[in-house]
Amino acid sequence: MSELPTHNEPLDLLEQEQDGSEQYLTFLLDDEEYGVEILRVQEIKGWDKVTHIPNSPHYLCGVLNLRGTIVPVVDLRLRFGMPARAYISTTVVVVLKVNGPRQRTVAIVVDGVSDAHNILPENIKPAPDFGSSIDTDFISGLVSIEDNMMIILNIDSLLSVEALG
Amino acid sequence: MSIDISQFHDVFFEESFEGLDAMESGLLNLNVGAADVDEINTIFRAAHSIKGGAGTFGFMGVSEFTHVMETMLDEMRNGQREVSVESTNLLLEAVDVLREMLTAVQQKQNTDDVRIADIRQKLEMMVADKLNSPTVDDTVMGEDQQAIDLETTETSNGSGWIIDFRPHHHLFQTGNDPVRMFRELESLGDLSIEMNDDELPAFADLEPEDSYLKWQLTLLGEIAESDVLEIFEWVEDDCDLVITPLDSNSVSVESQTIDDLDNTRLDSKNMASDIEGSALAEDAAPPLSESAENLSATVNNQATHQEAKANPAPAASIRVGTDKVDSLVNMVGELVITQSMLSQIGENFTPDMLPILIDGLAQLERNTREMQEGIMRIRMLPISFVFNRFPRLVHDMTDKMGKKVELKLTGEQTEIDKTVMEKIGDPLVHLVRNSLDHGLETPDIRLAAGKDETGTLLLKAFHQGGNIIIEIHDDGAGLNEDKILAKAIEKGLVNEGDALSPEKIHELVFLPGFSTAEVVTDVSGRGVGMDVVRKNINSLGGSVEVFSKRGEGSVFTIRLPLTLAIMDGQTIRVADESFIIPLISIIETVEVKAIDIKKVSGKGELFQLRDEYIPIIRLYSVFNLTPKITELEDGLLVIVEGDGQKMALFIDDLLGQQQVVIKSLETNYRKVIGISGATILGDGRVALILDISGVMALYRDPSLTQITLDNDRAA
Repeated sequence: MSELPTHNEPLDLLEQEQDGSEQYLTFLLDDEEYGVEILRVQEIKGWDKVTHIPNSPHYLCGVLNLRGTIVPVVDLRLRFGMPARAYISTTVVVVLKVNGPRQRTVAIVVDGVSDAHNILPENIKPAPDFGSSIDTDFISGLVSIEDNMMIILNIDSLLSVEALG
Repeated sequence: MSIDISQFHDVFFEESFEGLDAMESGLLNLNVGAADVDEINTIFRAAHSIKGGAGTFGFMGVSEFTHVMETMLDEMRNGQREVSVESTNLLLEAVDVLREMLTAVQQKQNTDDVRIADIRQKLEMMVADKLNSPTVDDTVMGEDQQAIDLETTETSNGSGWIIDFRPHHHLFQTGNDPVRMFRELESLGDLSIEMNDDELPAFADLEPEDSYLKWQLTLLGEIAESDVLEIFEWVEDDCDLVITPLDSNSVSVESQTIDDLDNTRLDSKNMASDIEGSALAEDAAPPLSESAENLSATVNNQATHQEAKANPAPAASIRVGTDKVDSLVNMVGELVITQSMLSQIGENFTPDMLPILIDGLAQLERNTREMQEGIMRIRMLPISFVFNRFPRLVHDMTDKMGKKVELKLTGEQTEIDKTVMEKIGDPLVHLVRNSLDHGLETPDIRLAAGKDETGTLLLKAFHQGGNIIIEIHDDGAGLNEDKILAKAIEKGLVNEGDALSPEKIHELVFLPGFSTAEVVTDVSGRGVGMDVVRKNINSLGGSVEVFSKRGEGSVFTIRLPLTLAIMDGQTIRVADESFIIPLISIIETVEVKAIDIKKVSGKGELFQLRDEYIPIIRLYSVFNLTPKITELEDGLLVIVEGDGQKMALFIDDLLGQQQVVIKSLETNYRKVIGISGATILGDGRVALILDISGVMALYRDPSLTQITLDNDRAA
């Protein structure tokens, strides 16, 4: 089910600068498409066993060793209250740079990485108010790509120190 | 092209502070009366470099202040001034002031102008004092000597100098040429030269590269001694140089004229100096308050000027000896060789090459271990960095308390991690102060007790296993057990009638709020010391103990890990998870029999270890893990100690002991109660390191985890 990133259409950096668009990496949770700024992505790697942290929230899988640095891993499905899915070799871990009082490195577990898109800021629409049913703080906006809707995540608030319990 | 010299500031400050340390230790080593010329030279050179550097970078306040010190040191060096207790103490104070000034300039802060001016004034007075003494009658040396400016004292010898210049044989080999120096001298004033060729050997014995000539130079004119000295600066170690002023009587007229100019200041003192024919013109100087103001103005300008640039705190840096770096480069070389060897084996591997592969891997292991040790050594500095502050401390404190103490240091070259060293300084100072204040007695008490009048304080550092041990010995009165016990009973720390061994009583001094000093001095005795000392040392993963004998003295022993980055750990397993317990907290590990387990109100479990009852903490329960083993008899109990309390941790199994590199969890995550950090095991997986006091806190108050669980629910 999970797809590896496709690079069939090489992106022209110059063009990107000229039209003011920004590049987003998109990934899937079930059939929902989410995006993060590609410059925030440090690396994408396969699932590896992590070390559980005692007394931590259930969506924090644990910590992994990223070349000598201890990086917390958040299961995004569990974070969003979606049903858990077993971690298999094709499960993808996206390592992100999170800004806050200090820059931190946090990894998220997603079903699969799907694509990279150039998006103009004016095409990003604000997230509608769902009331109390869905917390929209960590959604920066919505974008339609062809027929699909992509949810742009605000990873700084989603993965802040407080949010990690 | 202009060069931004501010890039050299850090180096200047670093070198200056080193220079100050050198000056300080040099001054403390000076023997009053018969000072070692080499020692004075060392001090002088340090002062000279600071002055030069400060001048280059435009720190005029520092440069001017150092100049005054330098003048005084120069006189000591030339034997024109005796090394007295007063002058040494004043120079020590000046070193302090200079250090403050440099710190202030470095951090772009304001300086304590009053203090600077005060010390500078004292220095100038002392400098002038000496110049007075040989020429002026004692009656002139009034108390009204404030108004002395250095420039005038320096140029005061208006007539000239006789310079006796006897180069050593190897002068030419250092690249110096007397002709050039004489030309320089000529540019200062009227120069006449007399050469002495007595030592010139017969032509056949002549070494063409050696210098055999001696000169006596007479330099006429109003020339500052420092200007003359400057010319000889590069050769001062390669020659015998005596510079004497020309007969000073000849300048009396001149000094009189200057005095006359300053009509308002004509007083009996001036008269006296006129009569005596003094060469001193110092009274013509602007009043000192003014020069002090000038000085502070310069410093202030400097400070405000640099505040504008708002620099961040200076980055911490380490000076590493080239030998350490060289050995690392060597090791890297070997590592690369081993690596290429291994990859060659890997390219076309056949089973019969297995022994070579195993050899190669063993070599790789050795290389890696050596590299690790080598890199750790980079962070290691000799403990003398901490010890060096003690001669000064002891010197100042014994003066103040009227005690006689000899300080001995051994093992100053013992190396210790920089971080540990930075944190051990204050506890050590406290212990030394304590020994000086409470331990060592005043000379009369010592004599009465049949001891030598001078007490001994010994600071000793050495390595033992993976630890560094620092001992503080004193041969003073020792701890007074009766007094400590009485105080402990008074404070309610001990019950009356408790029979305590002397060792237990000694331990009491580490309890908070404990002091038996009869008088609270500014040195110690407020009882906010030893518990903090112990806490600080414990936080470094070390321990402190005291051994004492009444009337004979005390020994405080500090045991510290060599580094904070690596520790010995015991890997354990609890419910499928591996954890690491710091080996230093483990007392022992036992298998339990049901009979040793006592229950309290059906819940709390106690383990009877010999004559103690120790609470049992089930690790899986404080960490909310799904247990595999719940029967105490199936697992093991690890007896640990933290915060002075013992607990038994119930675990599934012991796995192995190893050195672990400590990694922070907080860099990317946050602090976790009961976990002090993480490490990476041989298989690349992360293992968490237990924080024993945190685990105990969790056990006592399980609601501490509630915070995180609440968050969980909210999400």
